[in-house]
Amino acid sequence: MKKLHDAHGATGIPDEKGEGHFHTKSDLPVPVGSDLFRADAYGKVTGRERYAADEYPAGLVYAGVVRSPHPHARILAIDTTGALACPGVIAVLTGGDIRGTNRTGLPEMDQPVLADTKVRFTGDPVVLVVAEDRELLRQAMAAVKVTYEPLPAVFDPDSALAKGAPVLHENRKEGNLLFSGVIAKGDADFAFSECAAVREGIFSLPRQEHAYLETETGVAKVDGDGVLEMIVSTQSPFRDSREIAAALGIPPEKVRVIAPYLGGAFGGKDGITVQGHLGLAALHSGGRPVKIWNSREESFVSSTKRHPGRVSLKLGCTKDGTLHALSCRLIFDTGAYAGLGGPVAVYGMGHAAGVYRVAHSRVEGMNVYTNNPPSGAFRGFGIPQVIAALEQVVDMLAESIGMDPLEFRLKNAIRVGDETGLGIRMSNSADIVTCLEKARDHPLWTGRDEWIRQAPDYKRRGVGIATGVLGIGYGPVIPDIASAKLELLTDGRFRIYAGVADMGQGNNSANIHIAGDVLCQSPDRFELVQPDTFRCLNSSSSAASRTTYSYGNALILAAGVLKERILDKVAQLHPLFRRENLILVPGAVRHTPDGSDIALHTIAEAMQEADRVATATWTAPVNRQQLAVAPDVKMYGFPHLAYTFTTHLTRVEIDEITGAVAVDAYLAWTDAGRIMNPHVYEQQIQGGVIQGMGYALWEDFRVTEGAVVTKNLSTYILPTSMDVPDILSVPVETYEESGPFGMKGVGEIGIVAALPCIANAVAGAIGFRVCDAPLTPERILTALRRAA
Amino acid sequence: MKIRCIVNGKQTDLETAPDRRVVDLLREDLGLCGTKEACGSGECGACTILVDGESRLSCLMIAAQLEGKEIVTIEGFSKEHLHPIQEAFIVHGAVQCGFCTPGMVLAAADLLKRNPAPDRHEIRRAISGNLCRCTGYQKIVDAIESLARVEEESDE
Ligand code: FES
Ligand code: FES
Repeated sequence: MKKLHDAHGATGIPDEKGEGHFHTKSDLPVPVGSDLFRADAYGKVTGRERYAADEYPAGLVYAGVVRSPHPHARILAIDTTGALACPGVIAVLTGGDIRGTNRTGLPEMDQPVLADTKVRFTGDPVVLVVAEDRELLRQAMAAVKVTYEPLPAVFDPDSALAKGAPVLHENRKEGNLLFSGVIAKGDADFAFSECAAVREGIFSLPRQEHAYLETETGVAKVDGDGVLEMIVSTQSPFRDSREIAAALGIPPEKVRVIAPYLGGAFGGKDGITVQGHLGLAALHSGGRPVKIWNSREESFVSSTKRHPGRVSLKLGCTKDGTLHALSCRLIFDTGAYAGLGGPVAVYGMGHAAGVYRVAHSRVEGMNVYTNNPPSGAFRGFGIPQVIAALEQVVDMLAESIGMDPLEFRLKNAIRVGDETGLGIRMSNSADIVTCLEKARDHPLWTGRDEWIRQAPDYKRRGVGIATGVLGIGYGPVIPDIASAKLELLTDGRFRIYAGVADMGQGNNSANIHIAGDVLCQSPDRFELVQPDTFRCLNSSSSAASRTTYSYGNALILAAGVLKERILDKVAQLHPLFRRENLILVPGAVRHTPDGSDIALHTIAEAMQEADRVATATWTAPVNRQQLAVAPDVKMYGFPHLAYTFTTHLTRVEIDEITGAVAVDAYLAWTDAGRIMNPHVYEQQIQGGVIQGMGYALWEDFRVTEGAVVTKNLSTYILPTSMDVPDILSVPVETYEESGPFGMKGVGEIGIVAALPCIANAVAGAIGFRVCDAPLTPERILTALRRAA
Repeated sequence: MKIRCIVNGKQTDLETAPDRRVVDLLREDLGLCGTKEACGSGECGACTILVDGESRLSCLMIAAQLEGKEIVTIEGFSKEHLHPIQEAFIVHGAVQCGFCTPGMVLAAADLLKRNPAPDRHEIRRAISGNLCRCTGYQKIVDAIESLARVEEESDE
């Protein structure tokens, strides 16, 4: 086994309290590209890391939200007298107590902190109660009386769009249609008539619950200066602070949001969860700190989910197997509030041609309000839904023209410089071809017929492949900007002020790797400050596979600035040293001609405080191609500039008696640019694939008439260690010009192709395609009966 | 009610309601927040602690059950140096968000005590009550397996 002291890395990173010191025996820097143990691992394995959930400041009180029992209703009256009379109650608050806009959400500000006139989903927050402890809180919440007049409700996008359907947001002239848009190239309608083969499928994709282990939580208080300070589990502290300020009517400079390490998020904490309630409660608790920590049930009821939807996809090719025409129509259910529904739809649409060249295409997308729980961002951001449809139809079409599904994909796969099926010129790194070739040559693929033939009695076997693609960053309009801040401390160590939250993917450890490489310092010479809107610089949200891509680029710049200042200072202090003879070495600046070292702390002490802090801003380059799409399609993120790619291969075995699908083997070849830290790269692929496997097979989040039925982890089946195989992840390295050290974000690509890969294997095994996910045993058994 | 027990090696007298959940007692009264809660109903394993050396779910236990017991939480699991399991979790990249990690580490300790040389399948079975949403389990299994091999070698 590798031992700590002979590996490059370190076991911990001192936080500002000086805990969790490194245990490296080596003072050497760890170059980007080689393994570096994550800086956060030490605090996490010892239980010392303090998450938002772990804050219990003195004088703590608790807040809780009384939620709507109706999917759609007018609020006739709220009677808080009973609750106010309960022992230990500190405040009982309604929408009327909010001085600001009482609206959160981005880009649409349509979600009330507390419902003012009506409720739009079962679980919509109506009354906020603050009490001395959790038991008193529970009693007081039970004493709140709200009188509702139930309204007709809509529970699926089709009925929501029907004429005369009840409208959720009356002020919208588009009614329940949140977003619709088109991306087209050539003449798809006509092109289908030129095809030798055409296949079509309609796929229903389920909700997916993020099920991060740390449910939504935070603590907040108003300090002596009137600053609302919040420690909260969030992916977007900077955006939150602005949203909280506007919603609650306080000046933005009076809101401070601190985002410690998150206990998971996956998109589900990209935006407001408990922040509005926490802030409001803190404003009414007489300066005492307030805590909210959702129970698992409340989390399931109130948190956003991956957009459920229907994707209809038609694909045609010529006789020689050249893809010629594509049409895709996706309709997503955004639930009661917009959330990131517009961008999610566009990201899905913008990836509808997958990794392929297609001459003609037409992609229509819609996102629709319903009285269901709100949908939002989830790893993959609309793309897994669309790739699920595309990659299954690709298999169907290959079968129709009698081509091997892998050769068919290879034949149509884009190379650098090609134009994709949606007209995007692949100008940046792209190597799906090698991913596919490696899969083609793998024994699990070449030997698949033999393995399938050896299926035991009452078992069916299948082998599937699928490809995936995912654009990184925010797209061409919304600026993807990161601002890094780095300080040389007077003891000669460095402090990095992280601008992007770390929800578990390790981006803030990557900061140490990057700055260490640029400054030639070992990891134990760094400490990290997690995002804090008062101390760090706004670098936007932890999302879109951009965290290391964007902040890393900014940090390279900031480290470069600081390096120059340090060397300048030495040259200034030692007039006999020539500037070009000075280099940074671990802990010091070296004068190379005589090898003399000047310790960093001596240099630091000689520097002005302002010079010891370097900041730099980096703005992501965007795709400047002018494609004929509506402004909102562009604004919501089409087209991207840099993409990640993947090919997945899986073997499944199906039990004919129970219908259960067992995943026997799973491989993923991925182009995510250059690898910065091999084991952290693998973490993202493995975690993403397994989440995709859950999406494909087990995770069945049920909502009936708008009410969440799946309320706990015994009914919402997450993959356990017994359900999943080891994943073989093989990187196909490219060098992405726009990325720090040539990397591209790897956080999301792993999930994108899992569902269709498994579905293709299953379809091969049972001779019937199950178009509704997840592929539960019941659905498999029904399909087996139909196939028979 | 008064409860006498040993918490992380220290004789401890607790004054608490007998039906207080152990997870709350640890986190809120004793400040031992390394024990996580992610479901509160025995479904996730995040609240795993060792009671008399065996793994238990602290969200399903009440204070009265601690009388006379020896409790080890993640904070007390390593003394001066990291426990080899913790070290293995770091080295093998078994930690992402880390919210499952304390429970996983203690579940692994329980397994290795019962079965010093488990194979991958036995490891997977032993941690199947501990959910992890980030890692896909593979590196956690790698970490635990690395210790099993060490045991095997030293047996020979
Ligand atoms: S919190 Fe105890 S098992 Fe989930
Ligand atoms: S590391 Fe996040 S839940 Fe396991």
